[in-house]
Amino acid sequence: MVPVFIGTTFLIYALVWAVPGDPFEGKCGERDCPESYVSAMRDKFNLDDPLVVQYGKYLGNLLQGDFGLTSAGLSVGERIAATFPVTLKLALVALLIEAVIGITAGVVSGLRNRGFLDSLVLVSTLFLISIPVFVTGYVVQLVFGLQLGLISPTVTSPTIGNLIVPGFVLASLSMAYVARLSRTGIAENKRADYVRTALAKGLPQKRVVGVHMLRNSLIPVITFLGTDLGVFLGGAIVTEGIFNVPGVGGLVFRSILTKDGAMVTGVVTVLVLVYLLMTLLVDLLYAVLDPRIRYD
Amino acid sequence: MSSARLVPLALAAVLAAAGCGAAQTQTGTNTDAGITIFNTDPENPLVPGNTTEAGGSRVIDALFTGLVEYRAEDAQPVNAMAEKIETEDSKLFTVTIKKGWTFHDGSPVTAKSYVDAWNWTAYGPNATQGASFFSQIEGYAEVHPKDPDGPDGPQEAPKPATDKMSGLKVVDDHTFTITLSEAFSVFPVTIGYEVFAPLPEAFFKDQKAFEAKPIGNGPFKFVSRNVGTDIKLTRFDDFKGDKPKFKDLTLKVYQSRESAYADLVANNLDFMEELPPNALAGQKYETDLGDRVVQRETLNMQAIAFPFYLKPYDNVDLRRAISMAINREEITQRIFEGTRKPADGWVHPLMKGYQKGQCGEYCTFNPQKAKESFAKSGYTGEIVLLSNTDGGHQEWAEAVANSIKNTLGVEARFVPSTSFGEFRQKVNAHEMTGMYRAGWIADYPSIENWLTPLYRTGSSSNDGLYSNPAFDAKLAEADKAPSEDQAIKLYLEAERIMAPDMPVIPLWTQNTIAGKSNRLKVANLHPFRKLDLDSVEVVG
Amino acid sequence: MTDQMAVLAADRPRGLFGDAWHELRRRPLFWVSVSMILLVVLMAAVPTLFTSGDPGLAQLSRSRQPPSAEAWFGYDNQGYDIYTRVIHGARASIVVGVLSTIGVVLTGATIGILAGFYGGWLDAVVSRVADIFVGVPFVLGAIVILTTLNAGGDAGPVRIVAQVVLSIAVLSWPVAMRIMRSTAIAAKQQDYVKAARALGAQPRRIIGKHMLPNCVAPVLVYSTIALGAFIGAEATLSYLGIGLRQPVVSWGVMINSAKDYLRVAPHALLFPAGFLTATVLAFVMLGDAVREALDPKLR
Repeated sequence: MVPVFIGTTFLIYALVWAVPGDPFEGKCGERDCPESYVSAMRDKFNLDDPLVVQYGKYLGNLLQGDFGLTSAGLSVGERIAATFPVTLKLALVALLIEAVIGITAGVVSGLRNRGFLDSLVLVSTLFLISIPVFVTGYVVQLVFGLQLGLISPTVTSPTIGNLIVPGFVLASLSMAYVARLSRTGIAENKRADYVRTALAKGLPQKRVVGVHMLRNSLIPVITFLGTDLGVFLGGAIVTEGIFNVPGVGGLVFRSILTKDGAMVTGVVTVLVLVYLLMTLLVDLLYAVLDPRIRYD
Repeated sequence: MSSARLVPLALAAVLAAAGCGAAQTQTGTNTDAGITIFNTDPENPLVPGNTTEAGGSRVIDALFTGLVEYRAEDAQPVNAMAEKIETEDSKLFTVTIKKGWTFHDGSPVTAKSYVDAWNWTAYGPNATQGASFFSQIEGYAEVHPKDPDGPDGPQEAPKPATDKMSGLKVVDDHTFTITLSEAFSVFPVTIGYEVFAPLPEAFFKDQKAFEAKPIGNGPFKFVSRNVGTDIKLTRFDDFKGDKPKFKDLTLKVYQSRESAYADLVANNLDFMEELPPNALAGQKYETDLGDRVVQRETLNMQAIAFPFYLKPYDNVDLRRAISMAINREEITQRIFEGTRKPADGWVHPLMKGYQKGQCGEYCTFNPQKAKESFAKSGYTGEIVLLSNTDGGHQEWAEAVANSIKNTLGVEARFVPSTSFGEFRQKVNAHEMTGMYRAGWIADYPSIENWLTPLYRTGSSSNDGLYSNPAFDAKLAEADKAPSEDQAIKLYLEAERIMAPDMPVIPLWTQNTIAGKSNRLKVANLHPFRKLDLDSVEVVG
Repeated sequence: MTDQMAVLAADRPRGLFGDAWHELRRRPLFWVSVSMILLVVLMAAVPTLFTSGDPGLAQLSRSRQPPSAEAWFGYDNQGYDIYTRVIHGARASIVVGVLSTIGVVLTGATIGILAGFYGGWLDAVVSRVADIFVGVPFVLGAIVILTTLNAGGDAGPVRIVAQVVLSIAVLSWPVAMRIMRSTAIAAKQQDYVKAARALGAQPRRIIGKHMLPNCVAPVLVYSTIALGAFIGAEATLSYLGIGLRQPVVSWGVMINSAKDYLRVAPHALLFPAGFLTATVLAFVMLGDAVREALDPKLR
């Protein structure tokens, strides 16, 4: 995990800072910045050191919990702390939507194998997988926000209620995968011996499906959801942009464009950490859910 | 959504608390109200000499009052803190400031406050963004020596021998003199810019503390700053100038203009000086805002500059052909929905002395003449137009390239670059591979600002390296003119000398569309594309 | 009796791919997706079959006109004919999709099969490096890479396309690598590989002759779906303004320039978005069908 962490942050650090183009040249409007200003800023961000030395200094500060300052002199840590909860909220809303709709669709179609409902779910999941998120986002915004006026087209304050629509858009792709995963799981377990035994014992169908089958079919779904949370936290740039959600995605996108290296590296570092933690968590969860897997 | 409607309620609650026992005047204006205006996060600590971008300027502008201010009606300079500014030779200026003014901490504003502030800003090691504004003052080179190998090189600029410009002298508490290294008749007009603001003793004692809680001498004093969210100011009751007609000013930080616009439409935001593209498209703002639209012509001009260091753009016939091939009328109507006005010269129409049609036929769309001039140039290759796209420039730049292409029947291509910083760097380094976007917002409202910095040989913003000795000579003559009227006449002559060269293609000036909430009875736009705080009146 | 004979004759042993083909032929979804793909490929190869217009011709005077008899899809903000541009935009999208897939599959599969076969330190190093690339969120990573590459400024169409292909490939190869690696590890344990080894076959021969044909199926399925996904990824990056751009015409570029005018000219966004979705859908459906055909368990 540590090598992956260092590798990823170094990769991003090198890409952002080694870019040709001085981040401070565009700071003074349509005229040249005074040389003394550019020079002082370059010193401040160690830009005249070799790349590895720069990265070493950055990592040293990072280990002490110091994310550094943006080129505007704001604390990167504070900015992340201000935006991260919003993205987390959005990710959780999306996760909930995708889990509820995805699993329901998957279970229903898995139980009615080859029926009309099953085909409907299959086709609509294919469709969802194919639509790029920004198309979904704009169509939803256009139809529900601008034409019908049912929702406000942009998120003014990131409350749970306001995040439902962006969350839905964000979840649409993964929803399809969740539905397909749960369908496969249910379809496979339907013929399993324990299900037959439970039904033979005279347990009601509801209980067999709800308790016995679900628990066993959902293991891959839950691991998928876990990894997906990590993806949501890092990949919401497009959705946040369309709906103006003041989260990490917008922050990092603007920072990349303005070459605010400290900010980009800081955010990516956090995202990579979250991603790695989620992977670890998923592995542990897997072991808990499936006693056949044990980590020595 | 329902929660969107909760916000105005919350806001109203705050306002009610703030305006407890609000005094209502007869005219129905609530002079104790608070307003919230659009802002972006200031990029630098809030020190006047180090603030040149819009996010910080909106704050500095309210916190400080300099020697002169620019009138909102016509952008003409009027004395603010200056009692009088006198000169005989346009080289030595004697400034007398008004008595009795204080900073927000109660300390008096004296001649020293100005001289110290200016010296601090100009001093090289302080590395301020505004340093170059002082370069005309005698002794600037001594306090701000050049870096021998440029900012990217390993060598540092030598430490200046002195930290005081020899051209600034305090005479007494309320008088100081400014000596310029060369005569410059419009100098008094230039000092309305925020970098010329005075600084209190407190700043020099503890700069960190000042940055956390700036102390100015302007109509508003600092209350609090919540980085990334908002900055709160309140009326300074001991202010000696015109007092604002409302009490609290909140500058709310938005990450995008689109979300700010949504708040404006919902009356959650009181003022926003430039609406986002999706509001301007198809003039949607008219249906969204109705009578809440505020508009006026502002002091910015869009142009296309030529790299004189690159072939074929050093060819005058080609430059004229390109200019005449651009259908300004159609582009301003279709792309900008009439929020831009075709330019007919290099000087902004709002400037004192502006004369119509200085560019003449070269700035008029004329396919026939354009083709003739193009044929005369002998050039047949492709024409490249470069611009950054992060400021909404993509649309018009593409339209301009298409207009040239369709008129001249030549391959014309728009090349975008995603970030302004990257674009500026190439412009500064003279590495452009084609003609490029060159916007200009006046630093100070003088005809001189539209000519000298941009086109004089070796000037700070003459990035295309244009040079015409006759034009330079005329400018020098104008700089030394004894009176403003004579100077204007000479500057106009200079503009006419330059016109046939077409060093830069003037495109259009801006008619800025702003919007206000229904809480504001009056809110005018300043020619410098900002809210004219003095004009604001809140509905009682 | 003859019927039975026919059935028996048809059931003579077929290879995995022959089997899959037999299965695929009977599925309508397969034919639908194949014909959609053929249509788009034809658009990409010979756009003049569908339109005689010039995709670079913009006339501001017809800006934002809605669909009409002479311009089926209307005009966009700049006055480009949307129908012409949608047709011409297919090429960039298909080229990016195909090249990225080839890049990802070739590098990923080669590295994966080597790592799986040799194991040991090679496997360890490759897996860690792959972890690093997987740890960076795709859109974020692509934005960083592309802003770095875009800093060059003026770039020709070839370079613009190459940049996008490169960034997609750099960020996606670990997926193909992991798929190939796990199949290779499984195949290594199979008797036919052990036998070949016992007979003294060179590693090169074992990988090329024995393992590759048996490991290729999962990667093949992945690449079909990935092709669709990469076309979508290109559009996403172009939409963000950092992928393809002028003078290249692609569906993503069109959507990018239409997004600010959603309220006044929705047709400028909906038509390219529709073609994009249909194309991605065709590839995903094909991938789905191929997967089911290749995996006997799912039948």
